[in-house]
Amino acid sequence: MMEPNRQGEVWIFAEQEDGALHDVVLELCGKARQLADELKVKTGAVLPGDGVGPLAAKLIAHGVDTVYAVDDPRLSHYQAGSYARVLTTLVEKHRPQIVIYGATALGRDLAPRVASTLRAGMTADCTDLEISDVTDAKTQQVHEKLLLQIRPAFGGNIIATIVNFAQWPQMATVREGVMPMQPPNYTRTGKVVRERVELSPADLALRLIERHTEPRKVNLKGARVIVAGGGGVGSKENFKLIYELAGAIGGAVGASRAAVDSGYIGKEHQIGQTGTTVRPALYIAVGISGAVQHRAGMEESAKIIAVNKARDAPIFSVAHYGIVGDFKQVLPMMIQALKEKQ
Amino acid sequence: MPYDSIVCVKQVPDTANVTAEVMKADGTVNRAALPAIFNPEDLHALETALEIRDAYGGTVTAISMGPPKAAEVLRDCLYRGTDRAILLTDRRAAASDTLATSYILSQAIRTIGRYDLVFCGRQAIDGDTAQVGPQCAEKLGIPQITYLERLIELSGDTVRVRRNVGHGWEIVEAKLPVLVTVLETANRPRPPAAKRVMRLKRARVQPELAAEVRNEMPQAPEEQLAAEVQCRAGALSRRGLLLEQWMLDDISADLARCGMAGSPTKVHRIQAIVLKKEGYSEIPPTAEGARHLIHELVVDRTLG
Repeated sequence: MMEPNRQGEVWIFAEQEDGALHDVVLELCGKARQLADELKVKTGAVLPGDGVGPLAAKLIAHGVDTVYAVDDPRLSHYQAGSYARVLTTLVEKHRPQIVIYGATALGRDLAPRVASTLRAGMTADCTDLEISDVTDAKTQQVHEKLLLQIRPAFGGNIIATIVNFAQWPQMATVREGVMPMQPPNYTRTGKVVRERVELSPADLALRLIERHTEPRKVNLKGARVIVAGGGGVGSKENFKLIYELAGAIGGAVGASRAAVDSGYIGKEHQIGQTGTTVRPALYIAVGISGAVQHRAGMEESAKIIAVNKARDAPIFSVAHYGIVGDFKQVLPMMIQALKEKQ
Repeated sequence: MPYDSIVCVKQVPDTANVTAEVMKADGTVNRAALPAIFNPEDLHALETALEIRDAYGGTVTAISMGPPKAAEVLRDCLYRGTDRAILLTDRRAAASDTLATSYILSQAIRTIGRYDLVFCGRQAIDGDTAQVGPQCAEKLGIPQITYLERLIELSGDTVRVRRNVGHGWEIVEAKLPVLVTVLETANRPRPPAAKRVMRLKRARVQPELAAEVRNEMPQAPEEQLAAEVQCRAGALSRRGLLLEQWMLDDISADLARCGMAGSPTKVHRIQAIVLKKEGYSEIPPTAEGARHLIHELVVDRTLG
């Protein structure tokens, strides 16, 4: 078990696949920079893989001071055992005070295993991280500059703030799309430290037989405008209207879980706690009642328009503009108004 | 070749179906009023284990950590066909975070002894952390295969699984024993079998008997209550209906690693989500309303 090390760096896990960094890593870079500046320490990134050296420059441009690169052909494909060995070895060697991971399928496979080996705390799926002094309610002891790990829990019905007094490093996975990505600065300087980590056969217990991945076709996270349909849209046919409005306004198409579960649209469009979290400039919710699980994934949007027949639908509670009416009449009128604008 | 499986299951509040009845006047959820259910993904973990036993032989043991009431999900496991069900219930395990929980579960699994596969649901719907599975695997010193969407093959001491990696899938192979976490898309859980329900519905753990006896004989002195509980437990035991209950001492657990003491993460603050009742501009559902709305969005530069 590791004692608190207040001089320790703020680290991120640099998830990459086939030589490309995951978007969430760049989001984490900005957050790590901010946390490290508050703590007056440096940032670090752990970058395991095969031939990953070229990615270091991008990490540095996004705010990383030291890239710990672990290049090994056996790390070309991710598996929990080998990557966890890399993380635990480097954490024990350099003793960072914070380690954050993207809450991707991979990050959520890896991070708990690392925490278990280190016997450290681990908070899943955070939507915010802050630095603050915290008083232990039991002992009245003040712990300076702890990492507040903020996450929805209980199906999104509560927001919990988790802290870690002892058994460091303080570790968390962070939901994709919730931390703003800062623009890169390629004049920034940083250093690259090449690390070697011993791997045993037990660390490489999985044999990859076949792999099939697709680039994410629906870029919800990057969209400035999202038009999302819910269960109230009623059918796959009716979803065409959602696509038409999205086309007219230049936005992406999203959906609530109810619409996905009813088979109106594919799961890759799902927004909410179990789907993608988005914060576009404009979010138009059509026929979405606005369950907490959905609102958790979109309420940070700069502008929200709700179109719903039911005046008491919870979605109106987060909306800036509300239209109480039948979307089958309202959407064509909006499309028409957009055409007139041009 | 037969395979022995252990399935970790959890009873959870039904957070996915928050109805008006469980909303408090201040717009927050009354968590105590939510019905307790079998964690959805754990049912798919159980089904995976039962299908293996059906196809290859072997045994399925279900374990659950929780209060005596969690015996409900273990009875459900028995109705669906598990060979054995064990409840880990101990006040000293309360307030365990995922690290402490996985330690306790791994000690229970070690105590069971022989196993080829351990199954867990990917995550529980009360916390959505998905951490206990991987942490159990680490504590047991075995590989983990998360997000199973199809068990492809078991052959000798090797398992082959298709796992979902978010934006696609991969097929991986590992030598047993392994821990596998299971997604809802993996299978369709079988319903409880009527015959087993009839035979096992009276199965109880001892703390449930104690609560029942206390309820029926509120005036009786402590010694009489204790004697009655012993008597009923004996009767159930003779009929094979006394469910196994383990405490931390039964699994050689280091108390410093259990409950609050063994949990590095502390809940600092809980904020209930309140339905905001802030005003919004209401736009009439007319052509004029739509034009006005689009105009506003252009003026405030939301639309470029």
